Amino acid sequence: MAKTQEMVVVGCGRLGSLLASHLSNAGHNVVIVDAREAAFDQLSAEFSGFTVVGDATEMGVLEQSRIHRADCLLAVTDQDNINLMVAQVARTMFEVSTVIARVYDPTREAIYKEFGIDTISPTQLSADALLNILHQSPLVMP
Amino acid sequence: MRVIVIGQDKLAYFLGKHFVAKGYALTLITSRHEEALALSHKLQASVLHGDGSEPAVLEDAGAYRADVLLALTGQDEDNLVACQVAQKRFGVPRTIALVNDPANQAVFKRLGVSVVFSATEILGQLIEQQTDYKDIKALVPVADGDVHLAEVTLQFDSPAVGQSLKDLNLQAAIIACIVRQGTVMIPKGDSQLQEGDRLIVISQAGAYEAAYQVIMGDIS
Repeated sequence: MAKTQEMVVVGCGRLGSLLASHLSNAGHNVVIVDAREAAFDQLSAEFSGFTVVGDATEMGVLEQSRIHRADCLLAVTDQDNINLMVAQVARTMFEVSTVIARVYDPTREAIYKEFGIDTISPTQLSADALLNILHQSPLVMP
Repeated sequence: MRVIVIGQDKLAYFLGKHFVAKGYALTLITSRHEEALALSHKLQASVLHGDGSEPAVLEDAGAYRADVLLALTGQDEDNLVACQVAQKRFGVPRTIALVNDPANQAVFKRLGVSVVFSATEILGQLIEQQTDYKDIKALVPVADGDVHLAEVTLQFDSPAVGQSLKDLNLQAAIIACIVRQGTVMIPKGDSQLQEGDRLIVISQAGAYEAAYQVIMGDIS
């Protein structure tokens, strides 16, 4: 990911604002979308990208976020279904090459993985990490 | 037929009632607990309280055996995911989704939902028909909206009155049937049109305004 990329981040919560700030600092052109304008207060002072206020499940809002030019879209709102829908729209309707959705519910994640949507499940990652630590502790697990 | 409906409020209730009256085996999923209780008292149906896009909830609702799933919540993303999970995980053969943003209609179709409808668009069309064309009734889109079907009533000053069908210059439209004083006439090229005739007109989606112009004159 050396050269400058066009990126869209959907959801400006803790994760979205962190990602957008990092990517913007790394020299990428970032557009961040959130339904609440106040959410953008969490962006770092150095963030030099664009902000779009609106519901990303609305086609008009995605179009405003320059999705047709995007190389990458990260769907990280706090709602699984919004992330899954936006990710599929980005890939199918706008042919964005790299699309990743955050999905909390591991069963839903498994289904969408099956049909080729790249997903990250914080629940699954935390569980794996915790179990991993427990495995290394002789007191808890054999 | 086994039907699963995901939704709330009056829409879910009255639609549920309608399905039960038709003898369908209905399961209703609603996200509000009090509403689930109330509906379970009012309807002869299984009512579940939960998130209809969650695989476990759909499984409880009997999705493996369902013939149709209708997703009618106010959130487009929830309707989409419910339909996709039903289809891909549980093999529900027919999924129907309500979209609130009309632009999402094309998106949902592309993403595999069997039938997609937009209340906004249907209401918009209805209002347009009522206000624009006073002598034209029931502009029904068929064949996925590519073809329109309408009934028009000829007025004394309609340009088509006194003309025979073959002289009408209709483009991408035909008169399928003439109803004269309650009797159906099969139209022929030399059929003469009269005031009060009711015509069933079939036209291509983009061509109906021009066709009505020919038959009825200025219709605005």
